[in-house]
Amino acid sequence: MKRIYLDHITSTPLDPRVFEAMKPFFMERYGNPSAMHQEGLMARDALQKSREQAASFIGARRADEIYFTSGGTEANNLAIKGVAYASQRNGNHLIISTIEHPSVMEAAAFLETQGFVCTRVPVDREGRLDPEQVRAAVTDKTILIATHYANHDIGVIQPVEEIGRVAAEKGAPFFCDANAAAGWLPIDIQKIGAQLLSFTPHRFYGPKGSGVLYRNRKARLQPIIHGGGQENGRRAGTENVPAIVGAGLACELAGREQAERAAHAGVLQKRLIEGLLEQVPYLILNGPPAGPRRSPVNVSVSAEFIEGESQLLLLDHQGIAVASGGSCVSKSLKASHVLKGIGLDEALAQGSIMMTLGRENTVEEMDEVARALAGVAAKLRAMSPLWDQFQKGRIDSLVKPRPKTDGRMNPLF
Amino acid sequence: MADDKQMTPYTKTVMDHFLNPRNMGDMPDADAEGTVGSAACGDIMKVFLKIQDNRIVEAKFKTFGCGSAIASSSMATEMLKGKTIDEALKMTNRQVVDALGGLPAYKMHCSVLAEDSVKAALHDYLRKHPEAVPAGYVVPSKEEEQAANAQTGHGEH
Repeated sequence: MKRIYLDHITSTPLDPRVFEAMKPFFMERYGNPSAMHQEGLMARDALQKSREQAASFIGARRADEIYFTSGGTEANNLAIKGVAYASQRNGNHLIISTIEHPSVMEAAAFLETQGFVCTRVPVDREGRLDPEQVRAAVTDKTILIATHYANHDIGVIQPVEEIGRVAAEKGAPFFCDANAAAGWLPIDIQKIGAQLLSFTPHRFYGPKGSGVLYRNRKARLQPIIHGGGQENGRRAGTENVPAIVGAGLACELAGREQAERAAHAGVLQKRLIEGLLEQVPYLILNGPPAGPRRSPVNVSVSAEFIEGESQLLLLDHQGIAVASGGSCVSKSLKASHVLKGIGLDEALAQGSIMMTLGRENTVEEMDEVARALAGVAAKLRAMSPLWDQFQKGRIDSLVKPRPKTDGRMNPLF
Repeated sequence: MADDKQMTPYTKTVMDHFLNPRNMGDMPDADAEGTVGSAACGDIMKVFLKIQDNRIVEAKFKTFGCGSAIASSSMATEMLKGKTIDEALKMTNRQVVDALGGLPAYKMHCSVLAEDSVKAALHDYLRKHPEAVPAGYVVPSKEEEQAANAQTGHGEH
């Protein structure tokens, strides 16, 4: 069965050109880049090339502002803990939003156990962070403002340039988590004005096992992994050369093809959102409408009266790969904190389905997915006691409430 | 049946009961029914029973929940059929899990929900038919039952 893969935010297939570039670094050019012999120097040269490709991808002026890590999570941890530990003399206060990626949320929560203080600035119903609220949260102890460029769950694009300006005015370093944006939205570090920025190329056809942290040379950063002094002393450990080579080329290709990839995703996104709203009754789009406020790859919806994992499993059974923000999908048994952060009703959060598009998806696939989800929703609603209650008029829909006739509404949620 | 070549996050039996649930549907002439769980927590189970001469002759369910919740309700209602009230009261979540060939640790609460919804339906019957209460068994009031279910994390909100 041909599958339809709609989970590009968690990982993408490797670009064949990237795979070809990586191959020699497994069995031929296997040297350790720290070594002084020919094998080592060859690997070192390859690392330098990747560093230049990654720097150029985000508009960094110097290749030595790029640090390779094992992935986006490590890059985020290094940025947050590294800045916090390096800045302890200046203060202990961090600012993030309520809807960051878990690697940012949890790194900040960990620092709170170490004597740091974290303000989590709330977002609006679309998930957008207000730069003025960020400004209001700054104190004379603030050592870091951290937020994301695009949201991994609902695709909302944050006003990072404005937040960068607030940070600059207040003299606080700004860390931009671009993991859910890189490869799909243009990134210009000079415009964003962030001192640190992270991303991982496996979200845009690069290999797993490699992440990138950009760090302006003026930003203080302590390593969180100690050892042999690799990555300019900021990240010890023998470099994952094949993955870094692949990451570099993935950056170069994404830089060249980003506009085209984003335009393709945008067409599919519009088609899928329209198809879903048309074919699945009692379904809402989470996050901003398709357009300038939303990443072109993200489609996050909630179908009312049914739960997310069961939708995911039925879709998977029909050959369609999606994700869900419902609690039964996460091992922590908590519904997505992002959906909670935008004030979505808890039952609707349980029914969420997250789809992220890629360059290999087609318009026909979008139509097929809308049809499939309509069928899945109908099947699960036939099993749902909530749907039954709704049919009998005992509870109302939050998505499309019945017109009020006698003033006796009975929302049982 | 789930396609043999497909990977599944659950056992084959769980997937089979999720994809082809047994006893799913309403029972307008049920002798008893019980509901536990809440939408906010991600699962609601409703069990309907038809009881003749102290024996369960028919069991049905409706469930809002994940794959293992739907499979647990399907299996629990399958296991109920033909049992006496006394036997059904002794049915545990462990028996449901074993019949399903196991559940991941973080999904065990789905089987607890199945046990509790079965008990809620049986209690509903016993409150209406005190003569059927097995000797020595204390039937909780509806309020006590809701309080107990709220404590285990899936009371009706």
